[in-house]
Amino acid sequence: MSNNISPVAGMTHCGACDGKGMKTFKDGVLLNNPIFAQVLGICSALAVTSKLETSLVMGIGYVVVLSLSTFVVSLIRKTIPHRIRIITQVLVVCVFVILLDQLLKAFFWNISRELGPYVGLIITNTLTLGRTEGFSIQNKPLLSLIDGSGNGLGYALVLAIIGTIRELLGTGKILGHVILSAHFYTPNQLMVLAPGAFFGLGILIAILNFTVLKPQEAKK
Amino acid sequence: MNTTPAYLIFFAALFTNNILLSNFLGMCHWLACTRSMLSATGLGLAMTIVTGLTTILNYLIYYHVLVPLGLEYLTFLMFIAVIAAFVQLTEMIVERFSPKLYYALGIFLPLMVVNCTIMGAALFMVVRHYAFMQTVGWGFGAGGGWMLSAVLMAALRKKAGYCNPPKAFAGAGLVMIIAGFMAMAFMGFAGMVAIE
Repeated sequence: MSNNISPVAGMTHCGACDGKGMKTFKDGVLLNNPIFAQVLGICSALAVTSKLETSLVMGIGYVVVLSLSTFVVSLIRKTIPHRIRIITQVLVVCVFVILLDQLLKAFFWNISRELGPYVGLIITNTLTLGRTEGFSIQNKPLLSLIDGSGNGLGYALVLAIIGTIRELLGTGKILGHVILSAHFYTPNQLMVLAPGAFFGLGILIAILNFTVLKPQEAKK
Repeated sequence: MNTTPAYLIFFAALFTNNILLSNFLGMCHWLACTRSMLSATGLGLAMTIVTGLTTILNYLIYYHVLVPLGLEYLTFLMFIAVIAAFVQLTEMIVERFSPKLYYALGIFLPLMVVNCTIMGAALFMVVRHYAFMQTVGWGFGAGGGWMLSAVLMAALRKKAGYCNPPKAFAGAGLVMIIAGFMAMAFMGFAGMVAIE
């Protein structure tokens, strides 16, 4: 990994990841989680999570798109003119989203139809631009790839959690299998509808604030 | 073919199918810009105009260029290019005519390129097979719906500033809960008109 140490940059940038790979990855998944800490990319997080299946497909697709986009943007970061950098990044993301959309249409037609326009909306997901503009444009390709996949995984994880909660409380099922039978649990349709998504995410953020962030503040 | 009249689509986009409260589009900007009434109103106005006009432009490009040439797979690329060009134009106009608003909005104005509402309105226009006049109603309705919910939220957040919510809920959590109640209130309109 660390075979390209240049004598000049060696002082600050040694190796392909500067030994920061693990920390960058962990930050993306947990400490600096895209949804809970950065509060970015909420649109898809709420829109596709009425069922676990769509949440999972969206999550996996997003990890791939984000990792590849951050990698490519980082590769060409020195040739992008400063003034048009945002539109360049958006176009790079756009190429990968088109690929993902075509793949879904070819192999998972039903899920692709259920996701509808939300696959295309990965392009305008603020998290994507947040990572390419905030990280890849200043960092080396491999580290950007790690950052992209870390953030993508953190995002996918939250999508899966919200998807599970909403499908379980809304229909009593998970992935279509009955978990809470109708005998002792009346499905709460509200969780599948729009307000349920807002309440669910709001309460999740509050719980995380209470359990993770509060003890951290107390330490200070 | 969708036969709902254009004016009904406009009202449905404002109330029953509010793009933010029922489709969750444009949340990121919404969370940030509703901290102040001025930026909520200003960005809302810009959103209404940009969403309306880009959706119409995208309609023309989609049905008169992409479909005849069989290039539907380039839809995303074309739409985002049109939106980017249009946002750049809006930025220049706002800077020229209202420098005060330009500085109040700051980074949000160029970031409208990645606002889901604008892109989402164009994509829903394709998915729902709208004709031209319906697209006009839908585009301005979607932008106006975003503005309506942003202005309401800015007012509610101003009031919420005088309250003392539990510490864990301070910030994004509280806004989400308020948005949930707003979405419930807007669901009350659902009996009036429905579009799919």
